[in-house]
Amino acid sequence: MLAKRIIPCLDVTEGRVVKGVKYVDHVDAGDPVEQAAEYDRQGADELAFLDITASLDHRPIMLDIVRRTAEQIFIPLTVGGGTRSAEDIRQILRAGADKAAIMTAAIENPSLIDETSSRFGSQCIVVAIDAKRVQREGEPVGNLGYDPDAEIEWQIWTHGGHQPTQVDALKWAIEAEQRGAGELLVTSMDADGTTAGYDIELLRRISSSVGIPVIASGGAGSAQHMYEALTLGQADAVLAASIFHFGQMTVGDVKKELAAKGIAVRL
Amino acid sequence: MIAIIDYGEGNLGSVEKALKHVGCEVQITSSPAALEQADGVVLPGVGAFDDCIKGLEKSGLVEPIKQIIAGGKPFLGICLGLQVLFAGSEEGEKAGLGVLTGRVVRFRHELKIPQIGWNQIAKVQDAPHLQDIESGSWVYFVHSYYVEPEDESIIATTTEYGIEFCSSVWRDNVFACQFHPEKSQAAGLKILDNFRKLAVEISESDRYAG
Repeated sequence: MLAKRIIPCLDVTEGRVVKGVKYVDHVDAGDPVEQAAEYDRQGADELAFLDITASLDHRPIMLDIVRRTAEQIFIPLTVGGGTRSAEDIRQILRAGADKAAIMTAAIENPSLIDETSSRFGSQCIVVAIDAKRVQREGEPVGNLGYDPDAEIEWQIWTHGGHQPTQVDALKWAIEAEQRGAGELLVTSMDADGTTAGYDIELLRRISSSVGIPVIASGGAGSAQHMYEALTLGQADAVLAASIFHFGQMTVGDVKKELAAKGIAVRL
Repeated sequence: MIAIIDYGEGNLGSVEKALKHVGCEVQITSSPAALEQADGVVLPGVGAFDDCIKGLEKSGLVEPIKQIIAGGKPFLGICLGLQVLFAGSEEGEKAGLGVLTGRVVRFRHELKIPQIGWNQIAKVQDAPHLQDIESGSWVYFVHSYYVEPEDESIIATTTEYGIEFCSSVWRDNVFACQFHPEKSQAAGLKILDNFRKLAVEISESDRYAG
């Protein structure tokens, strides 16, 4: 039986792992290559590196980190952040990544998904969706849990969560699949960094509308949250940063807890 | 030396790194002469069936690969490198290498396609490539199509994903798997190491015989 995947995510900037709350206030959390090796030992199913302040200056540092990580770690590695073109993706894959995540560039130029998925194969193109609930000014976000009857809309934000767009997240997810995305990495900006749980409705509605795997991201604070994302949220994989970075839980702890709840995981 | 066949845009870096990790000297090549000299040949594969065959045709590798396989050299096919050993696929129009008989078909069920992630193999027979690998080992898959060999005696492992499908085949010098050993941590590295040992043994016995 196919296992649900647990994917530690390393947010990297200028060669260091950082972790912020809601896309700001970054705290230094260590060396990416060392951390990647540690997660591999703990039984991570994949790893993700996201270059959160990607720019041309930083790219050579990132490629070097990818290269050094890929030399010692034999699980799939996804790299994203600042991927603007097919050439960027080629470089990331050549450095040893297995998948490239694209976000802002895909929104600005959707045909990039078609071009790169046919050139490199769908399996290496992960379309990352940063979504935020649409609300009236001053209105609280409220409950992000299971609520199938709620009328909710999500808007895509780009540039590392700094710029709103008019693009509807659910429609975009369907379009990304049609254009050849191999997987969707769905991050709730409302939940990200809060450790209060994933946005279950965002995940559930996207996952039930597409036929490709959905990776849940943003908000994990416990194995229970992951359980909810994988069951109520119908996600195929969960990505988490804070919960692992500060040593609250190991990947192994999380997997044991999920297995005890009846989730198929690789132990 | 182990030759990794390069036929286009495929991502060969991870296969190369994993083979080096288990102690292989590796050459990424599209030259038939290099395949001839190699102790073992690896055909990795990502992307589409037709693109792979077109890439092999363009590099003039179709006949050399068939000869290498017929000549008994250890051969490892990975993912699409398994599928193209068959005569054709539902995915494309092109003829495959036709080294093995059977079909390559798409998953037809309600589960997510492609199958992406870790799944378990059940050993059907003891291929030397699977030495010290237990039934139930987890390996990494990324695929929408799977093979249905006509001769079921070549099935080495099976895996469940909506249905029970053939996840690797073994016939004489050929071992080919739907999963990615280069991405399958300890179990995958073990399979690559077993392949390395077979390649070295055959190469050494040739040398003594010569």
